[in-house]
Amino acid sequence: MTDQTAHSHDEAVDEDRRNFIHIATGAVAFGGAACFAIAAVDQWNPAADTRAASALDVDISKVPLGSEIRVLIGGKPFFIRHRTPAEITAAENVNIATLRDPQTDDERLRPMQDGKLNRAILITSGACTHLGCVPVGPAQGNTGEYGGWYCPCHGSQYDTSGRIRKGPAPSNLPVPNYTYVSATVVNISL
Amino acid sequence: MSGHESSYTPNTGFEKWLDKRLPIIRFANDTAITFPTPKNLNYWYTFGGILAICLVVQILTGVILAMHYEPNVNGAFASVERIMRDVPFGWLLRYIHSNGASMFFFAVYIHMFRGLYYGSYKAPREILWILGCVIFLLMIATAFLGYMLPWGQMSYHGANVITSLFGAIPLIGESLQTWILGGPSIGNQTLQRFFSLHYLLPFMIAAVVILHIWALHVPGNNNPTGVEVQDVEKDTVPFHPYYTIKDGFAIVLYLILFAAFVFYAPNALGHADQAIEANPLVTPAHIVPEWYMLPFYAILRAITFDLGPIPAKLLGVIFMFAAIAILFVLPWLDTSKVKSMRYRPVARQFFFGFVVVCLLLGWCGAKAPDAAVIPALQGEKVLVVSYTENGQEATSEYKGGGEAYLDAKRFMESLPEDANPSLAAVAAPTFQFAQLSLILTICYFGFFFMLFFIGLSEKPKELPESIHKSVLKRHKASTATAVPAE
Repeated sequence: MTDQTAHSHDEAVDEDRRNFIHIATGAVAFGGAACFAIAAVDQWNPAADTRAASALDVDISKVPLGSEIRVLIGGKPFFIRHRTPAEITAAENVNIATLRDPQTDDERLRPMQDGKLNRAILITSGACTHLGCVPVGPAQGNTGEYGGWYCPCHGSQYDTSGRIRKGPAPSNLPVPNYTYVSATVVNISL
Repeated sequence: MSGHESSYTPNTGFEKWLDKRLPIIRFANDTAITFPTPKNLNYWYTFGGILAICLVVQILTGVILAMHYEPNVNGAFASVERIMRDVPFGWLLRYIHSNGASMFFFAVYIHMFRGLYYGSYKAPREILWILGCVIFLLMIATAFLGYMLPWGQMSYHGANVITSLFGAIPLIGESLQTWILGGPSIGNQTLQRFFSLHYLLPFMIAAVVILHIWALHVPGNNNPTGVEVQDVEKDTVPFHPYYTIKDGFAIVLYLILFAAFVFYAPNALGHADQAIEANPLVTPAHIVPEWYMLPFYAILRAITFDLGPIPAKLLGVIFMFAAIAILFVLPWLDTSKVKSMRYRPVARQFFFGFVVVCLLLGWCGAKAPDAAVIPALQGEKVLVVSYTENGQEATSEYKGGGEAYLDAKRFMESLPEDANPSLAAVAAPTFQFAQLSLILTICYFGFFFMLFFIGLSEKPKELPESIHKSVLKRHKASTATAVPAE
């Protein structure tokens, strides 16, 4: 026992060799932790089945004139509104230079299969661009000052084209990706 | 104080045996029995003990509730109702847990204001203060996560509002929000991860509480005079029995208040919309967070203007987080060497102003931003006819009762067909909560900046020589005034 201790004291410590072992050990441990972190962080991202449920075919012929239906796609609300001629003219007559997020009404519609715009049907996201509340509309009896939607959370007002007119929301209700599958069916996807 | 000599002497053979292996009795003795504590601590100092009880109550009831709760969008709401109706004493456990959160925050706010008033964040207690701020942040996170679990209307839409805050962050915002929610919107996956984290965070709070007490026991307690302990014999008393009894008494009083809420007003601090199951398509008319988040919510909503390239929404988020972040740097913002506000005549006034500002911010957070602060001063609504004239938008206003309506209608009929007139009742301009919130937000941050300048210029009152002398002086003063009355 005494011999052994004496022996190890005599031997010079090779610092380079020790540093190499420390760094190599640390690198392996760090690499392992980093690999685990990738899995631990990425598992929070949307799962495959969640991503798969992100499109829906909607029958627009059932939307009553002057009102709207609301659909959930992947948990997100969307408005499908059947606008009256007065609402369409109101949306078209706005001087877009005065808007916070300037867009013409035509820019907010998508063409049907024949390439024409279906001005009566407006499809927008149903989440207020301020903090994501669902604005109230014709079905709730409150369309706000501009005839479109009113967000009860913080008072944002949207017009009949879903454009922001007043209140804290920074931009218009986004128009989702959608295509006319037929004259009466649209496919909306996130 | 960590410097104090251990006064523990193991008596029995077992204690001696244990002391050499795991000196746990010695540790408990030195931390909770003989720990020298300033003898002038008042009842504001009992809230640390009260908070420890609050944490224990929340963890105990929470662990039990988790045995009956179902973290699934299809079953969460029903399982909470089952706890309320069918589980033996489930109603009691849940009401203790839900009101316990409020009692926890009420105590922590008093605890924080106490620290602010007596300068407990100043050297050598900066780490103690920062650890406290970390606990506060964890508490907010835990409360927010827990509020989603009952899957009521407020749960869903409140969480929607708060998680969309992350979407306001430039560039990474949207993907960060999707990552937090685990999908395009709040869904089952969100509920499950929130449940998991809501169970985890209280134990992290408990761990930081241990660090907090450790950091407290290194320099020892601050005290109402802010003068440090100079003579352990004269200035301090052992923690037990002096402060175990004092804290115990305060805890009993606090539990009476707690019980009053649990048994007589269990839903007074809640919101009726929480009793409706979450519906993503219907946002409650008025989304409000729980009362303890209201001041921060008011700051979030106070910012309605863009600042250069920063949009209003992001600016609101920045200010809301800054309202908490500024607490972390408070030890370096306050330039005064004097700890206690008792001896800081100017800063003291500002402190009370700050308390009022915080309470008013809470009031603003509970109100609709466009509501009138003083309804009596709100003028009558005006009828506005909007129409287009030669391609330009134009308006015409009508004031008064029914006649104004008839006038407006007549005017609308007189317009040409392409004018496309519409009629709306517009509220008269008034002093709104949004504006009051902005003023109060400026005051909130202003307080911390004022502390910087007050500290440089203020002339403090004379400090007592020691804790001991200040206690004697107070005692003499009270007997001196009592004598002539006899």
